[in-house]
Amino acid sequence: MARKLVSCTVNGTKRHYHIDVRASLSDMLRNEEGLDSIKHGCDVGECGACTVLIDGKPFNSCIYLAIWAEGKSILTVEGLNDVKTGISDIQQAFIDAGAVQCGFCTPGFIMASIPIIESDKPASRDEIRRQVAGNLCRCTGYEKIVDAIEKTQKKRIAERKSSS
Amino acid sequence: MYDFNTLYEAKTVKEALILRNEHPEALILAGGSDILIKLHEGKLSGCDLINIFGLDQLRGITMEPDGSIIIRPLCSFTDVATHPLILEHIPVLGEAVNQIGGPQIRNIGTIGGNICNGVTSADSASTLKAYDASLELTSVDGIRILPYAEFNFGPGKVDLKQNEILTGIRISKESWEHTYGHYIKYAMRKAMDIATLGCSVNVRLSDDKNTIDRFRIAFGVAAPTPIRSVTAEASANGHALDDELLHMVGEGSLVDVMPRSSWRASKEFRLHLVKELARRATIAAIEKAGGKING
Repeated sequence: MARKLVSCTVNGTKRHYHIDVRASLSDMLRNEEGLDSIKHGCDVGECGACTVLIDGKPFNSCIYLAIWAEGKSILTVEGLNDVKTGISDIQQAFIDAGAVQCGFCTPGFIMASIPIIESDKPASRDEIRRQVAGNLCRCTGYEKIVDAIEKTQKKRIAERKSSS
Repeated sequence: MYDFNTLYEAKTVKEALILRNEHPEALILAGGSDILIKLHEGKLSGCDLINIFGLDQLRGITMEPDGSIIIRPLCSFTDVATHPLILEHIPVLGEAVNQIGGPQIRNIGTIGGNICNGVTSADSASTLKAYDASLELTSVDGIRILPYAEFNFGPGKVDLKQNEILTGIRISKESWEHTYGHYIKYAMRKAMDIATLGCSVNVRLSDDKNTIDRFRIAFGVAAPTPIRSVTAEASANGHALDDELLHMVGEGSLVDVMPRSSWRASKEFRLHLVKELARRATIAAIEKAGGKING
């Protein structure tokens, strides 16, 4: 089968992959890069467990051709960890709020929540729900997840205000 | 791995047209939120694809010197919903596509794919029909302009020739100027759902805002294809803004629709929705235009 060279930035590092053109982005990142935070949940764009950020926007990596990543910048949960400070505030907030039960959906939810917490516009709980409507959780009932996102968003906005 | 056979890669629109001409059996791959999903479900195994996703010439929304708004087909639903020209002149189209799927699907799904698939539930379709959009269909032989009203033949069947690619969606100034629209998607869930019924209305009121100058209405899932209701439109044009107008819009719509029963809803319930959504969307569009029913 045809293979192609794909060059992209993954979690801040420039990477090159010689990849089967039939691979999905989730195949490429899991198999070539070992980024196991990306879950193959439904594989048809319903559950959001494979959500990654591509140039800052959330996409289902299960229905995205790996070759489309050429020149793009991709962020996964692995890229949120900081060597010095450990896990990120949004990950800690999920733990603190009890927003993680089985954990399978968690990386997808966290990636889907990044555009919310990075926005300067405060989102209501309804808006947060709308922003994570492409992610399914079968354990938590969603309230704790919304709590974690809301709390992190408020914290980030306060931090930006005090530093500016 | 997706189980397709050959992936033909187009680097320019011209290359895509040549590939399309040479491989009429190949499917055009835009955002993939239908094709890649079907491949994962095993439905299109062994198909050939022409990948046009990378063609940035087919992205963007612009206004022509004559005031027409051109939407290029690879615009994602997010692109459409957030574009300043759409927000200013055709906000209802942005509101309609903002009800598709969830954020991830709206980031990848394209408006061109939405209408070329030819399904009746396409959320962009009823609004584009109601705004009397026209389509720019391009082949190696040249460009064909077709009213979107004539594009749908039947479920999944559209007037896209074997060698053509949709390259533009045009909404004339005459269609959007002084015009206010409202779309209602009736679905079982607030997100990630397909419409049980969709209704898009737009109105242009008289200068004194007492009568309908021009009324347009289109439905999704009310027939095998997205359709406009010419009967409702004819009865509403020139009418005063009153209860009789709402009644005639509802009854006129019922003349033109032909919904079926499916697992989502019965034919009877869909007929009820046709009348009720027509009424509600008409009231909302009139209010957006600064008019008032029985005012």
